[in-house]
Amino acid sequence: MPDYSEIEDKLMSLPQAIQRFVKNGAQIALSGFTITRNPMAAIYEMIRQGIKDIHLVCHSNGQGLDVLIGAGCVKRVEIAYAGNGRYAPTCFRFKKAIQRGEIQFEDYSNYQMSLRFLAGAQGIPFIPTKSGLGTDILRKEGFPREIRTERKVASKKYEIIHNPFNGENDDVILLPALNPDVMLLHTQYVGEDGTIRIKGLTFADIEQAKAADTVIVTCEEIVSRSFIRQDPDQNSLPAFFVDAIVKIPHGAHPTSCFTFYDYDPMHLNLYKRAAQDDAAFDEYLREWVYGVSSHEEYLEKVGKETLSKIKADKVLGYAPGLDRK
Amino acid sequence: MKRKTEKAYTEKEMMTISAARFIKDRDIVFAGTGVSMLAATAAKRIYAPKAVVFFETGGIDPTLDEIPMAVADPRVMSGTCMNSGLIDAFSILGHRKFNTIAFLGAAQIDCYGNLNTTAIGDYHRPTTRFSGSGGACDVASLASGVITFMQHEKRRFVETLDYLTSIGWYQGGDSRQELGFKRGGPLAVVTNLGVMRFDDETRKMYVSAYYPGVIPQDIIDNTGFSIDVSRAFESELPTKDELRILRQEVDPQRLILG
Repeated sequence: MPDYSEIEDKLMSLPQAIQRFVKNGAQIALSGFTITRNPMAAIYEMIRQGIKDIHLVCHSNGQGLDVLIGAGCVKRVEIAYAGNGRYAPTCFRFKKAIQRGEIQFEDYSNYQMSLRFLAGAQGIPFIPTKSGLGTDILRKEGFPREIRTERKVASKKYEIIHNPFNGENDDVILLPALNPDVMLLHTQYVGEDGTIRIKGLTFADIEQAKAADTVIVTCEEIVSRSFIRQDPDQNSLPAFFVDAIVKIPHGAHPTSCFTFYDYDPMHLNLYKRAAQDDAAFDEYLREWVYGVSSHEEYLEKVGKETLSKIKADKVLGYAPGLDRK
Repeated sequence: MKRKTEKAYTEKEMMTISAARFIKDRDIVFAGTGVSMLAATAAKRIYAPKAVVFFETGGIDPTLDEIPMAVADPRVMSGTCMNSGLIDAFSILGHRKFNTIAFLGAAQIDCYGNLNTTAIGDYHRPTTRFSGSGGACDVASLASGVITFMQHEKRRFVETLDYLTSIGWYQGGDSRQELGFKRGGPLAVVTNLGVMRFDDETRKMYVSAYYPGVIPQDIIDNTGFSIDVSRAFESELPTKDELRILRQEVDPQRLILG
């Protein structure tokens, strides 16, 4: 019998977790990268609850970011890359929102954003890098000057200093730290003791989780204490970083979750067609987000046949031979 | 090497092989999506078995039995020597001990190999918005050398970029070093017409090779700035072995080769 006594205060339903911890105007970081391990179930629930004015802080979030922007939940975004690989070289709703002037945006690079999360995790106010010297990422500022005094917006995009340890002309960029209000993290395993295990690439998930004020974890499985403690080298975060734990199988669909399921090419292609047109996109949201009351109902719609097609080989981590065109 | 007159290969195959030929044994090769993934994989299987392919997402030396469709594809995490994250990946990319060669693509390029993957038109209200830097700005800043894939068109080879996302030779000469970079810079641009390189002194782009069936004037006509063709020669055709490995081992499903 599973024993959830150690995490009983953190275990909750997805609607409860979003309601309790995600406020309008929150600064939010998302786990995963393009078509992998986006916290999709949590994102759909935020849309259903009508969360507004989100300030997203991202390196390369694809699917999750695009749905949130398309649903009108996002006010501003600090970002390095909005794309879904071969399924969307540039995310469609993101592209439209910027071209129409509907969201405030600030460009950084992947390394820069990752370092900003690291600085936030370490409790230092800024972090140096050489990456980006001479580029328009420095010369052009996306955010309007007047929002620089608002909560969770850095007072400056960056600063350049000379290396203080030598006399040469050796410039470095200083980037402001990030401490998001909430991080939504989808992972494979949570132990009965609350320990988090991320399989496959971790991207900047661990830095993001440590930088955030609140961490909501959705997971494929809650596993026994003995399982998670038998190989602790594999674990990613201790329980005390985590505020809410929600078991939600296939919680990253249509993005992939290494060793559990591949991305769903059929759904990504369906999304690609819908997202390029306003009316078709609204219909997509009505059908796949508003039209279902829970992730269980969503998965019923996806269907057993599709879920079995994308089921990952446990050793390879993906679904070999899957038709991905 | 025997030469055939008819074209027994596609444009994408020629681009892939032209780029792969730059990779040397023991290079640490940074791959992105699309053709660059093919070039990196092909290089490792044909010329540089000891080269290591890695991805900005943190996957190091995956088996690549199937072609990944994104740098976060689970295929990038499969059979690796280790799976890490972004900060680790960029630390490797800029590491002083390694010769790191990176592949990039872009919407626009200028004569010094600076790249735009952010926006066309006004930055704040662009006519076309692209994905943004991703790791491209970091790669261009930190890698030992960059090879860029481009479709060779006037609107892409421009005098002035609409947005400079990723640094090349900056304004030419020593200007990249003066910005504060100790190494790196563009090595080559591989297009559907040929291979461009950069002058050692001025750092300006010149035509190094044109593909069989292309003449230097085609490249001049499709470049939006003046380009030197005096050093250009005709490319070696893809060999049977190169094509066989590319088709049978690297992308048998032709997911990227088309």
